[in-house]
Amino acid sequence: MSAPTPAVRFTNVSRHFGEVRAVDGVNLTIQDGEFFSMLGPSGSGKTTCLRMIAGFDQPSAGAIELYGQEVTRRPPYERDVNTVFQDYALFPHMSVGENIGYGLMIKKIPRAERERSIQEMLELVRLPGLASRRPAQLSGGQRQRVALARALINHPRVLLLDEPLGALDLKLRQEMQVELKAIQQRVGITFVFVTHDQEEALTMSDRIAVFNHGRIEQVGTPAEIYESPATTFVAGFVGISNVVSGAAAQALTGQAATFTVRPEKIHLREPGAATAPEEYAADGQIRDVVYLGMNTRYLVALDCGADLTVVEQNLRTTSMEVRAARGRRVRLAWERAHSRTLAESV
Amino acid sequence: MAPRPASAPPPGLIDRVSTVFYTRPRLLLLVLLAPPLAWLGVVYLGSLFALLVQSFYAIDEFTGRVVREFTLRTYAQLLEPANVDIFARTTAMAAAVTLAAALLAFPLAYYIARFARGRQKAMLYLAVILPLWSSYIVRVYAWKSILAREGIISWLLAKLGLSGVLDAVLGLPGIGGPSLSTSALGMFLVFLYIWLPYMILPIQAALERVPASLLEASGDLGARPAQTFWTIILPLAFPGVVAGSIFTFSLTLGDFIIPSIVGNSSYFIGMAVLRHQGTAGNIPLAAAMTVVPILIMGVYLLVARRLGAFDAL
Repeated sequence: MSAPTPAVRFTNVSRHFGEVRAVDGVNLTIQDGEFFSMLGPSGSGKTTCLRMIAGFDQPSAGAIELYGQEVTRRPPYERDVNTVFQDYALFPHMSVGENIGYGLMIKKIPRAERERSIQEMLELVRLPGLASRRPAQLSGGQRQRVALARALINHPRVLLLDEPLGALDLKLRQEMQVELKAIQQRVGITFVFVTHDQEEALTMSDRIAVFNHGRIEQVGTPAEIYESPATTFVAGFVGISNVVSGAAAQALTGQAATFTVRPEKIHLREPGAATAPEEYAADGQIRDVVYLGMNTRYLVALDCGADLTVVEQNLRTTSMEVRAARGRRVRLAWERAHSRTLAESV
Repeated sequence: MAPRPASAPPPGLIDRVSTVFYTRPRLLLLVLLAPPLAWLGVVYLGSLFALLVQSFYAIDEFTGRVVREFTLRTYAQLLEPANVDIFARTTAMAAAVTLAAALLAFPLAYYIARFARGRQKAMLYLAVILPLWSSYIVRVYAWKSILAREGIISWLLAKLGLSGVLDAVLGLPGIGGPSLSTSALGMFLVFLYIWLPYMILPIQAALERVPASLLEASGDLGARPAQTFWTIILPLAFPGVVAGSIFTFSLTLGDFIIPSIVGNSSYFIGMAVLRHQGTAGNIPLAAAMTVVPILIMGVYLLVARRLGAFDAL
């Protein structure tokens, strides 16, 4: 059986703005029906990649395919993709209904059919009855939904989302994360989602590409990215992590290679406590304690020189006990399998 | 209240005045708005009202004196064929100038708003505004010599062997004449040149406020560039076009200098007003004629509102 045609394929794609290499030799395959996130700090090239899929920007080198068809130089209006913009880009002189129906109006779909689709879309994004409003009369969350409906009504093969939740407050953002994922599963369209928020990417995605300096550092499922970061950059950008290198690494693991271990994988024990053979262990002193309600974060200065962050759930402890922990001597232990050797990032 | 440090000086007059205004913002507003409101109310609206009153008087045919009694006789005079001709000619010219200015201004305004950056943008602004720095009269006279029979345009066309084309255009009824500088076409060109900046700037300001993402969104949703122009760019820039057209239209309606320097000396509203209030001493008729462009502008704005010109504001 041959592999199915990918929804999006980048082959050695670069985009240079003068001297700046915004995207630098990216190879990427996004599967049909996937919720795919491009994660990275600002200026890492993720948005430029999205804009090249949409056709707003053209690569300086390389090729882009959509469902097996090369589209590298095709204008946006000849591509079967739609975009949800960061600023929503709703047309201020049109009603919500006209905004949503814009793509169908351009395709000269008869009015009655158009109205029906608009109603369906308003139901899908849970905004029934708002068709005659102007975008200016809507809240941020409602505008976001209109932008989504305006893109989805065209049944694109790929939906591109450019940090669509960035302007919403935390609670609304979390609601929309769940809802977006649900909508994606209902309509079965490939979603390509650009974000700088690692939690958002971990929550929603089937797979994530982590971008840095115009290159992809790692592609994988959320669990792979989180549990097995490939490079120091990924380890540092996704989640809180301890990155240990040099002499301290040598002292802890017997190897000088840089490694990482997630804070929640480390056990906090009494000094001198027994260590299992499959564990690494080290002694140190608690230097700082941050009580976070659900968890407590400890910063432990190890005798070998490294500082490790440890997170423990507050199963029984109270904030009073937690505060008293500062300055205590402890032994840290974690399973060898949870140490990951890292490649240096560029 | 915290005690003042011993070294701090007692509050001076400026401090006390500042406090008075800070605690009473309405008083500050009143002080700031009184002069402009007085100017607008008394000098501007007052003289407009005086004008309106004058237009309801009439002149005594025998004595040549203004009779200060309410009458509609002066307005009836406006309907004489000679006067109707003047209004029609002026309105047609204003409409033609406005339309041509909009067509000419839009691409340049679009370029300035969308593509020009930094130094280039500054230079383009300067190029648009620079003509306004020199005297209007000087520029009109400059155009008169450019358009003259011995002027550079005739000379250039002769060199190119295209004198026949110029003669053919000048032979057209209505817009032609003995030379460009004595034709309606020449007058149109001068009006267009003089008022063009007033059309470019408002359109550019309107386009400046259209985010680039709207155009991308339109293309993303399947619209070709031409469709994006008609459905997104033009409706959003329309308030700017209307603002510009209010300038070009009303300025052309009221101007009396260009028609008296360039063209075939047929009358325009401004020239007629000048003659009636000056040489003829018929203030009521001059006043009534001045009311006409105001009415035309009123109708124009109503039509513009009907077309949705102010919806996107």
